[in-house]
Amino acid sequence: MTHFHPTWRAGLFAAALLLPGAAQAALKVFACEPEWGALAREIGGDRVDVYTATTAMQDPHRIEARPSLIARARNADLLVCTGAELEIGWLPVILAESGNRAIQAGQPGQFFAADFVALREKPAVLDRAAGDVHAAGNPHIQTDPHNIARVGAALAERMATLDPADAGVFRNRWADFSARWTAAIARWEKAAAPLKGAPVVVQHKAFPYLQSWLGLKEVAVLEPKPGVEPSLASLAAVKQRLAAEPAKMVIRAAYQPARPSEWIAAQAGVKAVVVPFTVGGDAQSGDLFGLFDSTVSKLLAGLN
Amino acid sequence: MLRPALLAAALAAAFPAHADADLDALRTEIRDMKAAYEARIQALEARLQQAETAAAQPQPSPETQTRGGFNPEVSLILQGRYAHLENRAERGIGGFMAADGHEHGGGGRGFSVDGSELVLSASIDPYFRGYLNAVLADGEVEVEEAWAQTTGLGQGFTIKGGRFKSGIGYQNEQHAHAWDFATNNLVYAALFGEGYAQDGVQLKWLAPTDTFLEFGAELGAGGAFPGTNNDGNGAGSVALFGHVGGDVGASNSWRAGLSWLRAKPRGREFEGHDVNEVETAGDFSGKSRTWLADFVWKWAPDGNPTQRNFKFAAEYFQRKESGTLACDDADPADPGLCSGGLAAPFMADQSGFYAQAVYQFMPRWRAGYRYDRLFRGDVLFNGADAGDAFESLADHDPKRHSLMLDYSPSEFSRLRLQYTLDQAMAGVDENQFYVQYIYSLGSHGAHKF
Repeated sequence: MTHFHPTWRAGLFAAALLLPGAAQAALKVFACEPEWGALAREIGGDRVDVYTATTAMQDPHRIEARPSLIARARNADLLVCTGAELEIGWLPVILAESGNRAIQAGQPGQFFAADFVALREKPAVLDRAAGDVHAAGNPHIQTDPHNIARVGAALAERMATLDPADAGVFRNRWADFSARWTAAIARWEKAAAPLKGAPVVVQHKAFPYLQSWLGLKEVAVLEPKPGVEPSLASLAAVKQRLAAEPAKMVIRAAYQPARPSEWIAAQAGVKAVVVPFTVGGDAQSGDLFGLFDSTVSKLLAGLN
Repeated sequence: MLRPALLAAALAAAFPAHADADLDALRTEIRDMKAAYEARIQALEARLQQAETAAAQPQPSPETQTRGGFNPEVSLILQGRYAHLENRAERGIGGFMAADGHEHGGGGRGFSVDGSELVLSASIDPYFRGYLNAVLADGEVEVEEAWAQTTGLGQGFTIKGGRFKSGIGYQNEQHAHAWDFATNNLVYAALFGEGYAQDGVQLKWLAPTDTFLEFGAELGAGGAFPGTNNDGNGAGSVALFGHVGGDVGASNSWRAGLSWLRAKPRGREFEGHDVNEVETAGDFSGKSRTWLADFVWKWAPDGNPTQRNFKFAAEYFQRKESGTLACDDADPADPGLCSGGLAAPFMADQSGFYAQAVYQFMPRWRAGYRYDRLFRGDVLFNGADAGDAFESLADHDPKRHSLMLDYSPSEFSRLRLQYTLDQAMAGVDENQFYVQYIYSLGSHGAHKF
């Protein structure tokens, strides 16, 4: 290795700073949902440039294939989405219109989180008479922090594959996050112990992973069929069920309409609990840790 | 992890204070060792966790686990309607040489079943995607679209080849089942019949900007109105378009575009009445140039359209045609203005627009209003106003008001009521009522913006 004179080295360094592209660009991530955007940021730090396509106030099933999303997908190196048909109403258009080879099916730049998690509620019969069911199973996997860890481990490896120069950074940051995450899970599980066996009503079948993680017992669902808005008749039926089998609370995600939950809460004397569902779903859910801090504390508050 | 720290403490105690330099060197070495250990332990922990994750659950082949069940994706659209219309001998658009009212077999009075759309699509291989849209109607199958599109070009480029709906305008790429009203707007009805389809190739490029910016060019056979099948090599039609779009905050998004279409009609059929009510048969040859400007704006609170949302769309066109119009009597026994055959210069400079607003005021329910307006402009035949020669080209600015209310029990079904005040032909002022159903079976087709 030749040694440069210090002034030369300073000059080279300055040139490297000035020349666009001389410094290696950060990995561009297009995240379909806020939880995956936050996870990519935890792993990538300042070595990733993350664009999150949806917010916690939006229903991830029903997103418009907006021009802005197509424009962002065009430049992405890595697409991180839930998969399991959650985005089937809009992502295919984004992919087809993006003109971006890197994120197409079969490319390493296309990452579906649901591929790395065992899905629940796989329908035995595929029939739309049962509502908007997903053939692959329930896609709302992010409500169990163990799933976040499973997806994160795979995502860190995928990011390392796509950007070998920063592979060390990604692996180290993942190891660091993973250690803190494991500790946090233990903390949440300890705090949430009183929730075990608590009977709950859910507005949409959005929480099977959360329920199995914390041992919540789902006694009723407000939506008569997945994706079908509750009607007065279906709500009345739930109310009747609750008279026989009382529940502690009715849970809905931040993006879901308040009225069905509020109605059943008033009628059946249960607490209406809004969980953030994903990063940004409430003031405390600024990141993944905040998401579960808030979820656990809101559920605990629902017990009283 | 305690060991390096203990070692450091032991070393610090064992060495006399004056051996500062040696101690510093040792400290550095120990710190390095400690860092190296920690990195290795972290790596081991990460690997262990990965192994646990992998072991904790069965990993069936992910491709089959989370992708759609069918390949190719199949969907079927069922459409039909009841139309309450006046009994009129002919329906057309006054003052315009308009495309034939191609209406999927439906379009009559009373009950009718529109053609059923069968859609198949899939990845062909890692490089192409294929799509077929065939309309099944009584005794015929019409191929609306049949194309392959590249997926692997990258750099924002895509090439589509086959029969496809042209990328011009806004509504043009939508199939009838995706329209917000039961009937087509006057702009598209006059310009293309239903929409403009190309048999040809399309090149699109998406700019690498955060603002959506897309450019496209198409070369096609140009057989569809306003062009004709000319049985020639080369391109019968050329289309160019550009679109720009973006978001305003989380709640608003928009797209605007400008398009241009050139077609070469050769002997394009023109049937009408001369001013003496004598039926004439003629054809037009020349050039046809169309400009289209389109704008769409959508609003939903926080970008969540499930409860309430609003959509505004408007398109404006200008079409210039010039060439020769030849005409003759449809029935030689009934001589009229075109008796014995007449061919003379023809020129038309026409424009129009539609503007529509659709509001979903509660889940499942939407209401909408559309205003269609065409301007007949200048139409000259043989150096004089064409209205002096042909009744159907007489000076009249067609317009229509439409009000609709639709109810969608789910994303896959829609029932629609529509009232239209139709003034598309001179002297006609018709109240029209429509009841329409649209059902979608099979795979979950994603809709464009």
